[in-house]
Amino acid sequence: MAAPKASLHLVAPIWKGGPRGIRGLSRTVAPEGNQRKGRTVLQFLADRFYDVQALREYLLRKQVSKVHQKNRSFTYVKEQYGPYIAAAYFVLKQGGAVKFQGQEWMRPNGRGRFSLEFFKFQAVPVEAVDASGCAINYQGLDNLLALKELQSLSLQRCPHVDDWCLSRLYQLAGSLQELSLAGCPQVSERGLACLHHLQNLRRLDISDLPAVSNPGLTQILVEEMLPNCNVLGADWAQGLKLGPEEQSQDTARSIPA
Amino acid sequence: MAAGGGHGRGSWGSHGETAAYGAEGRGLEAPLANGRARLNNSRRGAVTAEGTVCGIECCPRRGGPQRAMLRRALRLGLGRGLLGRGLGTWRGDSTLDWDGKVSDIKKKIQSVLPGGAWNPLYDTSHLPPEHSDVVIVGGGVLGLSVAYWLKRLEKRRGAIQVLVVERDYTYSQASTGLSVGGIRQQFSLPENIQLSLFSVDFLRNINEYLAVVDDPPLDLQFNPSGYLLLASEKGAAIMENNVKVQRQEGAKVCLMSPEQLRNKFPWINTEGVALASYGLEDEGWFDPWCLLQGLRRKVQSMGVLFCHGEVTRFISSSNRMETASGEEVTLKRIHEVHVKMDRSLEYQPVECAIVINAAGAWSGQIAELAGIGKGPPGTLQGTKLPVEPRKRYVYLWHCPQGPGLETPFVIDSSGAYFRREGLGNNYLGSCSPTEEEEPDPGNLEVDHGFFQDKVWPHLAQRVPAFETLKVRSAWAGYYDYNTFDQNGVVGPHPLVVNMYFATGFSGHGLQQAPAVGRAVAEMVLEGSFQTIDLNPFLFSRFYLGEKVQEHNII
Repeated sequence: MAAPKASLHLVAPIWKGGPRGIRGLSRTVAPEGNQRKGRTVLQFLADRFYDVQALREYLLRKQVSKVHQKNRSFTYVKEQYGPYIAAAYFVLKQGGAVKFQGQEWMRPNGRGRFSLEFFKFQAVPVEAVDASGCAINYQGLDNLLALKELQSLSLQRCPHVDDWCLSRLYQLAGSLQELSLAGCPQVSERGLACLHHLQNLRRLDISDLPAVSNPGLTQILVEEMLPNCNVLGADWAQGLKLGPEEQSQDTARSIPA
Repeated sequence: MAAGGGHGRGSWGSHGETAAYGAEGRGLEAPLANGRARLNNSRRGAVTAEGTVCGIECCPRRGGPQRAMLRRALRLGLGRGLLGRGLGTWRGDSTLDWDGKVSDIKKKIQSVLPGGAWNPLYDTSHLPPEHSDVVIVGGGVLGLSVAYWLKRLEKRRGAIQVLVVERDYTYSQASTGLSVGGIRQQFSLPENIQLSLFSVDFLRNINEYLAVVDDPPLDLQFNPSGYLLLASEKGAAIMENNVKVQRQEGAKVCLMSPEQLRNKFPWINTEGVALASYGLEDEGWFDPWCLLQGLRRKVQSMGVLFCHGEVTRFISSSNRMETASGEEVTLKRIHEVHVKMDRSLEYQPVECAIVINAAGAWSGQIAELAGIGKGPPGTLQGTKLPVEPRKRYVYLWHCPQGPGLETPFVIDSSGAYFRREGLGNNYLGSCSPTEEEEPDPGNLEVDHGFFQDKVWPHLAQRVPAFETLKVRSAWAGYYDYNTFDQNGVVGPHPLVVNMYFATGFSGHGLQQAPAVGRAVAEMVLEGSFQTIDLNPFLFSRFYLGEKVQEHNII
């Protein structure tokens, strides 16, 4: 690698690099076991050969472009059939489920195939979208934001939904009543702060958000922010430490969660 | 054997011997004359008897005198080997070009050792290289952004050598680390809005732009809470106009009346507020240190060299030329940059083709070093770079009953601003002093009286909950303040043809850095701005007197 000889003395201690430089940090975050061993060999090669490094960068870019491809906007479908059909097609293609007003839930089968019968519901608004586990990201959300009568949106466990995506949800403020963000690894309390636009929200699920630094306190602040909403999530007492007098009392008993 | 060193193995035939004796041209001839004759005989004897090489131990048939001769041959041969008669001589050259041979050997050794510049007297690994295509003065977010885009937009991998010179690696006085970290699109100039829009796009996709294989992704800690600008009666018309321009450029901003403001943010006291503009998307604040570190590790992986030193001198050459209209003009070109090492008098002259001035608050000094502004006032030669450091304070306070999680970055009509910091009801804020109250930029000491007298009253008036607050800490940082029109200087200098500016943003450098870096890289590589047209921000406006002023700056 073209690491400079005049190395940055400030960088070295932070990155724990030494002669390895900035690559050393990944060792501390690498998972254990076989995967770690494999990573070290590849990393070893990538440090020494430009070709291996270029190959790895190419593979990384391909991974990213796969997500982009999944989130492309279906402009043709939108022009021909309207925003509801385009959104439904997008969600079904990603593997989620969609519910038109007055209809049942439509979801793809085990193989990812779904029938195109919903193409006749051009004027029927979409009422609920369940995009749990889908690879939906900031660009893909474009398709959903045109649904002005959407009442329920579930983005549980979506790996690419982050704070930036949440900042776009204000466009659904007129109708959205139920929102679920449980298990999204990239959502933090900073994104939750943008939800104050959703004044019609009645149910909000913010449980199990690993990126939120203080779930109990965040729960309280979100409840204050959205007074009409029922916020499910962390218990406010979670993370609180017992005071000294309570601690001596509770040594024998188990602490209630 | 020994006389042949390690090379004699195959060359123990006749040509090897003649070579050995041929190389003995100078030096030890006369005393060895008899010995040579004896050696000749003994070696020939050895060859014919034994064939190819064998060690002395394998010739037990040698009698006493012959063994003594072999031992002498061994000693002589070792001696010859130690004299380093070297590579060329063993190949059977019979010409005695001794000097040429020595310089050949030296060149070969030089090419083998790494680094090229082979200096046996002292170690130069801490110095910057002697040549570099582009030298960027200043390693803050703007300098690193220019480096990143130069490497990203170069036509061929490794085509451009970039050197970033940074005086202080702890970034203790750099504006980047001390910045409040806000980003907004609510400007009045379309160029500023476009710069900000691209920068926000860069920040959103930062893990695609700055991805380094095997390193963890960056977490910018972006708070997308938006900016809220409040305007009094006087400023309402300007604000409406601004919002119109912003929406034309694609920013998502909405106007709010005092009534709507009270509904949305009940903690605001709307007395004196006629209109408010609220950014709905793509505005907020983030961690500037994370951006800086991310840029640094990415540009290092792209091959940009860093140097911990200070630029003390520019060596340039001048050319007198005539313009089309017949006027005489002196064009200057910088050839060398003298980089002085930290805490030492040692300096390295770096030959360069292009110099980029991204020194932030100290850009004015760098420009003076290049001779910008040395001339009769009122002429282009006499136009200085009007960027100087201005000290600004930032205070952090705690207010338990303060505004909640949804608080945007509020900028009051009086100029005071504040934003939330974290979950614990802590707030950051300050106010820009007026021209008369400008603090002395000699040091970064904080004036706590400034908060008491100038900032707190405005804050308490706007947000009644702030009447009870407790200041936890404060710090000061520099603006690279453009005294002419408080907007950035981008692009080449008209007279010093290879110095490019990326400075003078007066408090907006961080939020416009990615886009400005790309613009300067385009200017360097293509010769003109390709994506965002920043021609109004060129240096020549200082001479022509065309101010591009922003309305409502902090």
